[in-house]
Amino acid sequence: MNPVTNAVALGVRRGWHEFVIGLRSPSDQGFYAMFGVGSLALLWFNRDEDLGVPGLTLPQVALPSLLAALVMFSIVIAPAYALALEREDGTVLRLRVGPYGLHGYLVGLATLTLVGILPLLVIVLGGSAVLFEGAVPTAPGRWALIVGMLLLGILANLPLGFVIGSLVTKLRQVTTWGMAPIVGLAYLSGIFGDMERLWGWVQVLAQLFPLYWFGHLMRYAFLPEAAAAGEITGSWRLGEAVAVLAIWAIVGFALAIPLVRRMSRRQSGAAVAEARDQAANQFVR
Amino acid sequence: MDEPSPHTSRHGAVGSTPAVRVRDLQMRYGDHDVLTGVDLEVSRGEVVVLLGPNGAGKTTTIEILEGFRRPSGGRVEVLDEDPLHVDEAWRARVGIVLQSWRDHARWTPRALLDHLGAFYRPYATADRPRPVATDEVLDLVGLGAAADQRIITLSGGQRRRLDVGAGIIGRPDLLFLDEPTAGFDPQARRDFHELIHRLTDLEQTTVLLTTHDLAEAEKLADRILILAGGRIVADGSADALARQIRGRAEVRWTRDSQRFVHAADDPTGFVRALLAEHPDGIDDLEVRRASLEDTYLELVRAHLDPGAVKPAHRIVTERAS
Repeated sequence: MNPVTNAVALGVRRGWHEFVIGLRSPSDQGFYAMFGVGSLALLWFNRDEDLGVPGLTLPQVALPSLLAALVMFSIVIAPAYALALEREDGTVLRLRVGPYGLHGYLVGLATLTLVGILPLLVIVLGGSAVLFEGAVPTAPGRWALIVGMLLLGILANLPLGFVIGSLVTKLRQVTTWGMAPIVGLAYLSGIFGDMERLWGWVQVLAQLFPLYWFGHLMRYAFLPEAAAAGEITGSWRLGEAVAVLAIWAIVGFALAIPLVRRMSRRQSGAAVAEARDQAANQFVR
Repeated sequence: MDEPSPHTSRHGAVGSTPAVRVRDLQMRYGDHDVLTGVDLEVSRGEVVVLLGPNGAGKTTTIEILEGFRRPSGGRVEVLDEDPLHVDEAWRARVGIVLQSWRDHARWTPRALLDHLGAFYRPYATADRPRPVATDEVLDLVGLGAAADQRIITLSGGQRRRLDVGAGIIGRPDLLFLDEPTAGFDPQARRDFHELIHRLTDLEQTTVLLTTHDLAEAEKLADRILILAGGRIVADGSADALARQIRGRAEVRWTRDSQRFVHAADDPTGFVRALLAEHPDGIDDLEVRRASLEDTYLELVRAHLDPGAVKPAHRIVTERAS
């Protein structure tokens, strides 16, 4: 039995186990409910707005963008939080002392992150199918395209969470360096509406980041050809989108691997004890 | 090194080298010296207790041996390798039980031990099947009844026993435990001592553990190493350590309704002289040997405050090696 394959398989099982535990926990259920129902409510209350794409309602145009933002958010924030938290509480160290345990841990975290977006997708897509006519495609070809674009967006964004989680030294920093930038990016990338309203240089800036292109590809997968009129250049730019996302994926993985290694090397029982004492002191204050 | 087999045969061939060999280990944080030249050796199958007051550098020492810290100087070999440059096969042979865990709160002990144990499966050999069956470990650490409870609901003592379970699930050749019984009540402590005895009897596991509790060291150790002032100041079995400090004893007596106390290096000679001097004036004569505890406390005090006690009380013995 190859120990690496063994550890990878254990990691997948670990991720699934944590996912199942999470489904039963009120905090995880609350997270899904808040973001899922919140997204549906956002679409519902703005359903009569006009986004300037002829023949399409706001929920139709905004749903793919919103999905891109939700997926990016959970795929970056979930592992970033987990790494920051599980480093302090000894989880990383516990796994690391076993053979290929760090491999198992990281595969587990990636697995949990991936399956963790499913409940959100089910709530938002299911809810939209019921509430907004024509917002969710039914043709199998469309769905193949949607799944492909989702995978590309996931690959581009997944390493970011591991990078942030390895760099932060305190849990709170995940909010500063993870959550706040993503929400800002979502605004700049036209997730909440029309990008045309923003200044030209902001548009250029947004196009350096993966979220704009992820949203672009999701809209391409969801919407009819003519919806390109609502995009910045009035056309679908598939080549550029794939290239930008691929670069983010490659650079992201290249950064994440050494950073996670460095983070894990710094773990020791004393380091964990220190983190615990600090946490206890904060609590007392 | 993905293939475990060459490693295992190497282990077999060199089974007679010490499990742990440390020469002149130094550790300095900034300008603060924590370890100033630690020499120690642990033979295979031996249970060695590293005893010392809080802050003596026990945790630092054990974390260097575990490969978590880079020493400032000295040579370290654990299972024939430098712990800073080990492969995963080495990890499969070393069990580590550390202080203060609060991880996997939502898992159950059974699920966690199953999961952790499975990583060791590729490293099983004919004489060391890996991992140990989860039920066997649960039983050994006395968590059978709590096996399917969420870990967050375990008591502190149960939690520590789970830590020990996680440390032994891979059937390690060498087990490190850092302050394993901190926070245990007397019953849990006794159970834990029982567990260590069973481990070493059944599995021939080499054990190195730290404690600041002398009674615990006496109970568990084949050999006690006392760490104070950044170095090993005593090394021997509990009996040997007690015997080596023959010197100091306390003599008490009464004469003319007055109490006298005298600390004597040679109590027999002193009493002989005392009786000769006062042939019939002495009452309530009492000679008290320094207990191991007295010795320990004195040693520790001496090394925390070098001026306090005569250097004659250093009792490092040369080991035949």
